[in-house]
Amino acid sequence: MRHTISALVLNQPGVLARVAGLFSGRGFNIESLCVAETLDPSISRMTIVTRGDDQVIEQVTKQLNKLIDVIKVVDFFNNDHVDREMMLVKVKAEMSFRAEILRITDIFRGKIVDVTPNSYTIEVSGDEDKIRAFMDLIKPMGIKEVVRTGKVAISRGSKAI
Amino acid sequence: MKRTGAQILLESLRLEGVDTVFGFPGGMVIDIYNELPNFPIRHILVRHEQAAVHAADGYARSSGRVGVCLVTSGPGATNTVTGIATAYMDSIPLVVFTGQVPTRLIGNDAFQEADIIGITRPCTKHSYLVKDIKDLARTVKEAFYIAQKGRPGPVLVDLPKDVIAGSTEFNYPESVHIKSYNPTYKGHRGQIQKAFKLILKANKPLIYAGGGVISSGASEELIALAKTLSIPVTNTLMGLGGFPGDHELSLGMLGMHGTYRANMAVTNCDLLIAVGARFDDRVTGKVDDFASSAKIVHIDIDPTSVSKSIRVDIPIVGDVKDVLRELNKLAKEEKGDWRGLRKEWLDQIFQWKSTYPLAYKQKDIIKPQYVVEKIYEITRGDAIISTEVGQNQMWTAQYYHFTRPRTLLTSGGLGTMGYGFPAAIGAQIAFPKKTVIDIAGDGSIQMNIQELATVAQYNLPVKIVILNNGYLGMVRQWQGLFYNKCYSQTSLDASPDFIKLAEAYGVVGLRATKPEEVVPTIEKALSISKAVIMEFIVEKEEDVYPMVPAGAPLREMLLA
Ligand SMILES: Cc1ncc(C[n+]2csc(CCOP(=O)(O)OP(=O)(O)O)c2C)c(N)n1
Ligand SMILES: [Mg+2]
Repeated sequence: MRHTISALVLNQPGVLARVAGLFSGRGFNIESLCVAETLDPSISRMTIVTRGDDQVIEQVTKQLNKLIDVIKVVDFFNNDHVDREMMLVKVKAEMSFRAEILRITDIFRGKIVDVTPNSYTIEVSGDEDKIRAFMDLIKPMGIKEVVRTGKVAISRGSKAI
Repeated sequence: MKRTGAQILLESLRLEGVDTVFGFPGGMVIDIYNELPNFPIRHILVRHEQAAVHAADGYARSSGRVGVCLVTSGPGATNTVTGIATAYMDSIPLVVFTGQVPTRLIGNDAFQEADIIGITRPCTKHSYLVKDIKDLARTVKEAFYIAQKGRPGPVLVDLPKDVIAGSTEFNYPESVHIKSYNPTYKGHRGQIQKAFKLILKANKPLIYAGGGVISSGASEELIALAKTLSIPVTNTLMGLGGFPGDHELSLGMLGMHGTYRANMAVTNCDLLIAVGARFDDRVTGKVDDFASSAKIVHIDIDPTSVSKSIRVDIPIVGDVKDVLRELNKLAKEEKGDWRGLRKEWLDQIFQWKSTYPLAYKQKDIIKPQYVVEKIYEITRGDAIISTEVGQNQMWTAQYYHFTRPRTLLTSGGLGTMGYGFPAAIGAQIAFPKKTVIDIAGDGSIQMNIQELATVAQYNLPVKIVILNNGYLGMVRQWQGLFYNKCYSQTSLDASPDFIKLAEAYGVVGLRATKPEEVVPTIEKALSISKAVIMEFIVEKEEDVYPMVPAGAPLREMLLA
């Protein structure tokens, strides 16, 4: 099962290495990892997408919590939440495809952020399904390069973690 | 008044109540060594940094205080890794200070630079690189706090040379608050109630007690619970001494080389109460068959230990001492004829004990088990015993009946050969008047034999018992049982003359070759106020039994 886990951690050197080391050392997998400062600059938030059965995920969250620099861990699996990912895609844009690419981008509320005579760079964000659907449509045009941020997630409702 | 980093460090240690530091100097810590004589802290100069860490570990295990080490950067630091990993696996509180190259050179492949924080990240509870002298005092305070609180463990503090040599105002913080670290001490009362209900209902309960009983100082509470409710107790290797090995409810050790009765009791119990133990694979054998007909209650301070390798019916996260105290309160209120109720179960266990007691056949050559048995008898159990790793370790666990906590020092989790001798040094420093004995193999003792110089220098009366079987015996045993007796690379053909070696270091060497020499040799050694090596030439191919082959269910013990 795929889980999205958020961890509030002290914003200190070495924290990322500890978290990464924990995953590699214990054979947990990381599908994506996204880290940045929070409102409080002494605290960072990590969003980790990982896979495993219930027992593995239980260990992942407990082991994360055990790290001294980790303040709080939330598994969004059974928590109503919103998640988003941002992607930048560089596609071949031959004359005959340019209009079609623009249309698809528009439908997905993407943005063209860079243009050359034979390429577009598109920015799209959304949940997993949207990102996948966009990729499926754009692939036939010829993708040169893709970068994805990995997921970030936040719970629904007024409460903060 | 401004103080240098070295002064701040040493003054902080003093304020933490540190009386002894185990270490070895070098260029990056020379400023600290320069200040050392001005502080009331005893420094024990070992002969290898690995031994400094094991000695600090032995000091910590035997006394319950934090063990402290000081070593230089680069090779000094990397030499500590095995010691740190050993302490980490057994949850021993240590603070290890390592020198580091000056901050401006970090990352430059400078002379004697090693990324020791990176190297030890997976085997420390936490670590710090002090980049600013202003953080030094607080870091030391936090390091000691983290090493001891919750599940204890080693903490490493890396000290760049310029930080040590710099200066600033000194203020030692009075208290520590780390917002991201709040271990749960108080067990959940509802869970404890539930566990107690299960205990009341059980017909064949069994307590499985580990090292957590010892680190939380819960031995008395454990004895009280077992006695009040007449519940038999089996110990892990780490737990030995946490419950008196000579008590009628004691089943001895369980697991791969556990007693027949302990392993049969685990297999047949209907309630297993795990107390400060972590279901290690050497304990469980085949996990699916471990206590498979029992409900399991698991009490542990570390949430990650719970449900890690085995399903648990009632987890209770908290300090073992607190939880046992609560259970004892409930037990006191419950009147019942527990002895009567348990009679059938205890009779059954007694029968297992009499069918297959721990046994060996005495011949005209010394049996290693006999040596351990005699050490137990002669010391009347009143000694601190450390072990090396291998058969020597298992025979000690089986034949020396540890009756008090903190009297066995052994590398359980990592199984580090070379641990026992330096650990004994640490214990002897903590308890100068006590008899401290390292029960060693002829292989393991050679992994830190250089520490004979340390015992000689400080006049430490540590006793070393070498069970000399001429083999890396435990590995040979596996080769014998599971690899067609192909004794590949396990024969130790060229060991030194241990007696001459002892003499070369200025300590005493005694050798026994016949069974009748065993007792006089031990008695003589114990009467000498110096360090003594006792070498016993024992049966070469004696095996440790019972033995559960790796991965087999506990009931499938090889018995001889
Ligand atoms: C540092 C280290 N290296 C290798 C091993 C693997 N090992 C476990 S027991 C053992 C044999 C130990 O021989 P000895 O000290 O003579 O003890 P004996 O089993 O003969 O009593 C070995 C090599 C280990 N535990 N630790
Ligand atoms: Mg041997």
